Amino acid sequence: MESTGIIIGFWALAGLTVGSAALVFVVRNLLHAVLALVLSFMGMAGLFLTLSADFIAMAQVLIYAGAISVLLVFAVMLTPLASRDNGNSLFALPGLAIGGAFALLLMFLAVDVDWPELRDAALADRAFADTIEAVGRSLVDRYAFAFQVASALLLVALIGAIALVREDGAP
Amino acid sequence: MSAALDPIRLRARLAPRTLARGVIAFAAFVALNVAIAALVVSGALDGEWYDFRDLGLGVQQLREWLDEQTADQPGWLTDILRSTTWLSYLVTALLGATGILSFVGGVLLVLIWVERRLIGRIQVRRGPNRVGPFGLLQPVADAIKLIQKETLIPVGADRVMFFLPPVLVFIPGLLVWAPVPWAPHMTYVDTNVGVLYLVAIGSLATLAIFMAGWSSNNHYALLGAMRTVAMMISYEIPLALSLLTVVVLTGSAQLSAIVEWQSVHNVWIVVLLPLTLFTFFFASTAELNRTPNDIAEAESEIVAGFHTEYSGMKFGLFYAVELGNAVAVSALTAALFLGGWSMFGLQEWVPAYLLFATKVAAVYFVLVWLRGTLPRFRLDQLMAFAWKYLIPLALLNLGVVAIEAALFRRWEGEGVVVLGGFALANGLLTVVAVRGWARFLGYAPEREPLLRPTLTTGVGGLRAVDRMRTTR
Repeated sequence: MESTGIIIGFWALAGLTVGSAALVFVVRNLLHAVLALVLSFMGMAGLFLTLSADFIAMAQVLIYAGAISVLLVFAVMLTPLASRDNGNSLFALPGLAIGGAFALLLMFLAVDVDWPELRDAALADRAFADTIEAVGRSLVDRYAFAFQVASALLLVALIGAIALVREDGAP
Repeated sequence: MSAALDPIRLRARLAPRTLARGVIAFAAFVALNVAIAALVVSGALDGEWYDFRDLGLGVQQLREWLDEQTADQPGWLTDILRSTTWLSYLVTALLGATGILSFVGGVLLVLIWVERRLIGRIQVRRGPNRVGPFGLLQPVADAIKLIQKETLIPVGADRVMFFLPPVLVFIPGLLVWAPVPWAPHMTYVDTNVGVLYLVAIGSLATLAIFMAGWSSNNHYALLGAMRTVAMMISYEIPLALSLLTVVVLTGSAQLSAIVEWQSVHNVWIVVLLPLTLFTFFFASTAELNRTPNDIAEAESEIVAGFHTEYSGMKFGLFYAVELGNAVAVSALTAALFLGGWSMFGLQEWVPAYLLFATKVAAVYFVLVWLRGTLPRFRLDQLMAFAWKYLIPLALLNLGVVAIEAALFRRWEGEGVVVLGGFALANGLLTVVAVRGWARFLGYAPEREPLLRPTLTTGVGGLRAVDRMRTTR
């Protein structure tokens, strides 16, 4: 974190992420809130890019900004109760408490852990290689079982969703 | 024999002067080509900046020169950026961005005319032929007309969300061009997550289109937007699976490496994976809203879909993005399946980017051809096709290709035999799958009587409907 460019980038992206996350619960209109959430996801992807984690950044854009946001839009458009606006949230206070506690925990972790830090020459030595290959290798090698369990879970969720909405007599 | 086809009369009608001019022009053309070939063969060009077969060389030399200029004079900018070669990065980034922008802009102006002329020819009419020579200036005239028009905002529209989408859809349309490999060293961002980047960028436009439809406060626009969103999230899966199949076979997600693989093995991936090309092409026509799948703006059903309420240049932007994305998909098809810039050794002689552009134009012609030929799917047919056919088939194909890729890594030695075997097996699989589906699982209304459509009353959140009721 020596060069000025990356520091400017970090603060701009952090501001974008936190600011649009704040917009999500300030804005009254639910669809505006969804769009602010997408902006926040994009900011997160940018933060991953400043960490040289290109695979995670792309996956963030693909899964969160691309897919999850569309899912949210569908949920807002198709559920009857969602036509209320953002003002009357049921769980405002518990949500604030849990979110605050979580933020405190993360802050404590960030300050307390002794992070390994690389300076100019050491940083230049450690060339950041393909993250995509490393991720792929660990998925089929060390974390193969977790990968399988996750995919089985997703399959069960898919079949469950189909079974739930299937009407009798439909072909 | 008719008079027009009579060779003697034809010769008589051609004036000797015209004939002489033609002969001279032809001789000059041949001489020019011979001269270029002699220059290439002599090797005088190799590695120089004016070697137009590889534009990367010129950029590389420019960078080296700039590095030399800036290395020994650290200025305040140098201190800020902590790098002695900032100027060369800046200049090459600007060069690349300018190149992409000017290419996309020029292509949009020319290809609108090409598409309209071609479709006119397919539909046995002339197409635009009044403005300028052959009607070539028609797109310019259209653009001027669109800019002059008033921008209408419907009553009750969400103003901010109504103004943003035409701009927002343009961003992915330009970003898509970043990892496209034009020639061996001509890629703007040669990232190793290139394929993933493409899928991620492709999914971004969905939300902008939904914003456009929702904010218009119009039933047709909302219906079109919902159709688009449903179609895009369904077809993203076969699209991603087919791209993944290519990645599994070539062992890299970097677009330039995929083209390099095809160049080294002297094979186009379309020969090895015909089914994957079919899946990719069909799914991308759905993502593009082009004709076999353009239910999102089906004129006979929902006016113009999500951009019903957009007028003037805002509509023009949607139109231009759609066309630009079609060219981008052609470029990706050419790079991933048709060998990109490689042409079995011809790229040593002819500039590689010209070969690539030729392939892009050929694929684009196929897209226009499909648009002029095919009718439109119905919404339920289209969704059923994605979920019941394309996705299972893409998964099966992925499994087969994964096994083949593992075998190929073992038997790398006899590459030609192994790849030939794979091509045969995959071609057979394609024929069996497509024919079998059409024969046994295809659309047969006599077997399954159509369900009577029922109006869903439980749909909430349709704010446009509520608003329209209250504003009246």
